[in-house]
Amino acid sequence: MQYVLKIRRRTSSAAKPYWQRFVYETDLAGATVATALSALNDRNLLTDIDGSSCTRIAWDCGCLQKKCGACAMVICGSPALACNVRLAELKAKEITVEPLRKFPVVADLIVDRSILRENLQTIRAWLTADAPASEQKNDVLYEASRCLQCGCCLEICPNFSTEGKFFGMAAMAPTTRLLTALPKAEAKMLREQYRRHVYAGCGKSLACRNVCPAGIDIEKLLVNSNALAIWKKYR
Amino acid sequence: MMTDLIIIGAGLAGLSAAITAAKQGRVCRLISLQPSERAQSVMAEGGINGALNTMGEDDSPAEHFADTMRGGVFLADPNAVKNLTDHAPDVLRMLWGLGVPFNMRGDTPVLRNFGGQKKKRTAYAKSSTGKILMNALIDEARKYETRGLIRRYAHHEFVALLLSADGAQCLGAKIYDRYTATTAKLYGAVILCSGGMNSLFPGLTTGSAANTGDVTATVFAQGVRLANLEFIQYHPTTVAIPGKRCLLSEAARGEGGRLFTLRNGEKWFFMEEKYPELGNLMPRDVVSREMVLCANAAGCDGKVYLDMTALDETVWQQKLSDLREECMRLLAKDPKTAPIEVSPGIHYFMGGIDVDENHRTSVKNLFAAGECACQYHGANRLGGNSMLGAIFGGQVAAASACAAQLQENIPEQERETRYTSRFCRMADRRITEILDPALGIFRTAEQMQAALAQLNALGDDFSEADRWHLLLAKAFLLCALNRKESRGAHTRRDYPDRDDVSYQKTTVARFDGENIQISLWELPERRAD
Repeated sequence: MQYVLKIRRRTSSAAKPYWQRFVYETDLAGATVATALSALNDRNLLTDIDGSSCTRIAWDCGCLQKKCGACAMVICGSPALACNVRLAELKAKEITVEPLRKFPVVADLIVDRSILRENLQTIRAWLTADAPASEQKNDVLYEASRCLQCGCCLEICPNFSTEGKFFGMAAMAPTTRLLTALPKAEAKMLREQYRRHVYAGCGKSLACRNVCPAGIDIEKLLVNSNALAIWKKYR
Repeated sequence: MMTDLIIIGAGLAGLSAAITAAKQGRVCRLISLQPSERAQSVMAEGGINGALNTMGEDDSPAEHFADTMRGGVFLADPNAVKNLTDHAPDVLRMLWGLGVPFNMRGDTPVLRNFGGQKKKRTAYAKSSTGKILMNALIDEARKYETRGLIRRYAHHEFVALLLSADGAQCLGAKIYDRYTATTAKLYGAVILCSGGMNSLFPGLTTGSAANTGDVTATVFAQGVRLANLEFIQYHPTTVAIPGKRCLLSEAARGEGGRLFTLRNGEKWFFMEEKYPELGNLMPRDVVSREMVLCANAAGCDGKVYLDMTALDETVWQQKLSDLREECMRLLAKDPKTAPIEVSPGIHYFMGGIDVDENHRTSVKNLFAAGECACQYHGANRLGGNSMLGAIFGGQVAAASACAAQLQENIPEQERETRYTSRFCRMADRRITEILDPALGIFRTAEQMQAALAQLNALGDDFSEADRWHLLLAKAFLLCALNRKESRGAHTRRDYPDRDDVSYQKTTVARFDGENIQISLWELPERRAD
């Protein structure tokens, strides 16, 4: 099969973005956007669809098995992990590949997602006491631990911006783990932070639910953490 | 002189080292190209070992020690392993206290069977244990980040060690910010936690493409001693997918999965027939070797299948749901309904930076832990011991680094390493084409000599950094050629027997600036308890 990838490129954060088209041919049934990007960069000489030589495409890549979240980008308009999108399943004539738009671009498809870490620091997302797991809590603890911090949920979220007070589901999942694990008396500060940076800003559109590459049950976690952080207070 | 610690790599070993040092009030600079969520550690699946003895099997650290030493075919440092297995239950309890949702029964972690171990001692979180552990340690590290004790240098790459003029002392590290394209020199004791050497075998390993081995190649070129490079773990159950090999966790067999090959059209469960006691759960080196031998025996077609069709519903739901999901998505196969064809693939490097039981390298004030270090696993690593070795090794390395005495005013080596285009993956592919066939499960001198000659002819058009990879590749072959016996993951067709008299020793590789020197060193003697 032959695919055309239309990639939004930029040599640096200061440079002007531009589009470049590449042809990628493969007979691998499971070939993904990540397979295509690796193969293009592995060419001795990288040329675009018109045969002009190009610099190699900058992108982040790690596990290639949707376990690390490195290769998040916007593919045919939707945020996704490049290693989790099969070329054959895309119906588009041209496959557009862009960096995540909510984060500052470093180069090509690489964006600076430092804000995710900074937000979790602001929320004070850590345990303030020993919090051994138990059989009853395990389901939520496990589900909440699976967040990749890839940023796909923030990309699709109508309420999130890097300057805003709402930190999105990428902050909700880790916080849910802590709220669930901690004894109630220990979680007061965390509950406040949760109210401020998650609960207050979430418009419940749940657009994030469909794009999470890890398939995290966001609704279940949200219900759980809202119950722990919000509703019990009013009882 | 009290200086900051510099930790290269933010996976399990790096995080563990940073948390340990921060708890002692030491400031550490945690250098990593990607955030911890992207570390290869998140890919670890099956579990982490510790003789908690919660399964009523009368387990003990002494048995964990014995299994680890036997699994490593008596090539590991016995004092280091004793320390590891004695402290393993504490490591598990520490993780449990951090809210790690191990699979539990009531308030006790359930332990599963794992390869090469006679008792159930592998704690797990379904088959995503690495991801779940990392998540807890990332949260714990964050606590110290906000206190200024752990200073993250995200999107930074290691460039080179800063060494004393005589090369015997580490003074710090030079790093490069990939976002701003600037280099910086940091001074202090350095702990390397940079993972395995996957880029010598691009596309052929189960691990992360980001674990390149660039750090190991660089410090080797700078004169740091490496050890036991010949021991490369081939995991028995892997499947090729685009760009890499996909691991099917040992947990599949731990929970009852069986390996068979078709002999004259009949299923032959060769592991169960040949090894009645541990069957499919023999150590990985044994299983991988048997897979090659049995699948190519008379009447067989060269293929091996992993059969999980007899596993019951609760196992799928509570223990292996993620493994099944992965098979369906990546392989388009449901392991519940049909056996899956598997073959051995490169999974772990037992060899690496030579360290003693305190995780000190051959260079003063330089330490190493995790997969980049050669420690604990001898000639073959047991499943469940890698995450344990990374976490515990990180703790030990941090303790050693905190105690290091740094002198002032040591003249720095003048050799300047410039940050140029760095490593080119095209060069790696040329190296792999030669290296990979020579370092398979079965090896011969003839094949390895030929590969070495080909590698020697390579490199004229390589950058300086690529030549370091080439140097490392040659060191692999020289280590393997030098060990004229078969042991653990190193099987020689021309020397099929184990030779304890000559080779129950550590292979040591050192680059003297001109040549790679290979020698055999005696193992440390086991201290009395």
